[in-house]
Amino acid sequence: MRWLKPAAVPLIAVGLALGIGAIVLAVSGANPIEAYGALIDGSLSSQKTIGRTLEKATPLIMGGLAVAFAFRAGLFNIGGQGQLVVGGIFAAAVGFGFEGLPWIIHAPLALLVGAVAGAAWGSIAGLLKATSGAHEVITTIMLNFVALNLTDWLASNSWKDEGILSRTPAVEESAVIPLWGSFPTGFLVAVAASFGCWYLLERTTLGFEIRSVGLNGDAARYAGISVQRIIVATMAISGLLAGAGGAIETQGVIGRYEPGFNAGLGFNGITIALLARNHPLGVIPAALLIGAMEAGGSMMQFNADVAPEITDIIEALMLLFVATPIVVRWFFSHQEIAEVSVTSGWGSS
Amino acid sequence: MNALLIRSRWVILTVVVFVVITLFTAEFQQDQTTAVLASALRQSTPLVFGALCGVLCERSGVVNIGIEGQMLLSAFVGFMVASSTGSLLAGILAGMLTGALMGAGLAGLSVTLQGDQIIAGAVLNIAAFGISSYFFQQGLTLPSGKTPQVSFGPLADLPVVGRVFFINRPLTYLSLILIWVVWFVLFRTRWGLWTRSVGEVPSAAETVGISVARVRYTNLIAGGCLAGLGGAYLSLEAVGSFERMMTNGRGFVALAVMIFGRWNPIGIWGAALLFGYASAVQTQLQFRGWLADDPQFIGMIPYVVCIVVLAGFVGRARPPAAVGQPYSRE
Repeated sequence: MRWLKPAAVPLIAVGLALGIGAIVLAVSGANPIEAYGALIDGSLSSQKTIGRTLEKATPLIMGGLAVAFAFRAGLFNIGGQGQLVVGGIFAAAVGFGFEGLPWIIHAPLALLVGAVAGAAWGSIAGLLKATSGAHEVITTIMLNFVALNLTDWLASNSWKDEGILSRTPAVEESAVIPLWGSFPTGFLVAVAASFGCWYLLERTTLGFEIRSVGLNGDAARYAGISVQRIIVATMAISGLLAGAGGAIETQGVIGRYEPGFNAGLGFNGITIALLARNHPLGVIPAALLIGAMEAGGSMMQFNADVAPEITDIIEALMLLFVATPIVVRWFFSHQEIAEVSVTSGWGSS
Repeated sequence: MNALLIRSRWVILTVVVFVVITLFTAEFQQDQTTAVLASALRQSTPLVFGALCGVLCERSGVVNIGIEGQMLLSAFVGFMVASSTGSLLAGILAGMLTGALMGAGLAGLSVTLQGDQIIAGAVLNIAAFGISSYFFQQGLTLPSGKTPQVSFGPLADLPVVGRVFFINRPLTYLSLILIWVVWFVLFRTRWGLWTRSVGEVPSAAETVGISVARVRYTNLIAGGCLAGLGGAYLSLEAVGSFERMMTNGRGFVALAVMIFGRWNPIGIWGAALLFGYASAVQTQLQFRGWLADDPQFIGMIPYVVCIVVLAGFVGRARPPAAVGQPYSRE
């Protein structure tokens, strides 16, 4: 039972959120049992639906890691969406741009280029924060809009497919991250990334510096850590994770870049990071949960005639209960529960 | 007075250059100039509402990144109420109420429960997105149409100025009045003094008998009403219908406007007009067919301006000292 203790807050939060979600469903005239039944049916009932859940969970793990990793340095990266689309389109460009490369080179190369493009995009916000103190919450959101316009432009000009749709050509066979039966291989990459983040944060000097800056920037500065450097490095790694998520989506799921892919990932990443309490390994179960809700959403609409946006409401509720541990504390009156804190005033660097 | 002039020399210089350019172009192309300026004012209005909400919250020491959500949900509720009752006034009031309730929710999370303010704001944004998308129905219209145009008789006949400032719709006028009201409340009333002291040194304010919690609750709820007006402006005055994600980042741009305006309502108005002008130029460029093949670059303009301004000015602007810190009596 000891392992359950750190999971208590997220589990209760999920339970409360599903409960209130059921009330919302009932109030809006749907049958909650039928709706949740369809949700499970569409996400966990067969090999195929489980595969879809894993497929949906893959970019969510990457997006959740991006947010959780930045949180550890006290940075709030809402720019996962922008970093993801930039990573996605660059992976697509490598994917369709080279012909005749063997798979073992082509697929990892596209993934790497996508990840680096995401890192570059993420480090813009890091540089702005480190040099001028512009708060990353605003700059990353603004950069999301810039990234959407930029990728839109690329997909309708230089890297446009033939035909009228604004999208890139399909990536070459050799750049595809394949399905293994109904199991998406990209999921393994995401799981490996989670372990990699855990190792980096807990077992390396850089990870120690990142955590020091997150816990107390002034103390870190006095200890001789360059806070500016850590801010830029953290945002770059955070962007790298989101960019790799976009690359996996391009190479493993959609097969090309098209505008509007995986909208809303930025928000989901926040929910997942907080559900996981910023632990890189906790991101995996949290992303599986949200992934299952996304995979089952269409079944819910089909079988129970419920708009899939109900899952957004449930996610907001989860976030609410995770972010305010005091609510959950009513259940565990005598246990101390660590609080999450990211707020630092505008312009502090 | 002299010191004030020197301190704000760049602002004055910018305004002078801007006015000279405007007068110069107005000489040759009066219609276009008027159109761009009128559009700049319209585009700045939701930013003014949002940034005034932000300034009330932050002057009392609470960061509110949930303005986007407050505006989005108010736009939605305002539209639904106006659409079902047929009364625009009811819609606007419903929008204000929605914003106020969300402000109270933010206060509950950040003041009473002492949760993290940025996360509390993110909760508002996600909730607003989820609720407005879930309950949204396509195809609803406003039986009464958008809010009507009101013109100020002879004033409206003035060249350029008349058509920019004196032929507008009611919420636009209201925003122009509220700028001065919020300025007066913050800097000329006892409540404003309390608010600013709570935002700077809450423990000192508490020592002289000011209730930090009461000041923060009141300001967040009042700010919520303003953000609600901003939402109602979008759905009931600017567009006349509701669309998913219709705020399109304006709540966040409003925060940048607030910082650029140095937490002062009058500065905010200037900053909002600058952003409005950037958006208006964008629309005008599209309209004239410049860069017609690459509309995406025009679409980036307001956001790039926002980033540049934020990076250039935030370092020099000083936020209220207690912003972002939960306050507890011990």
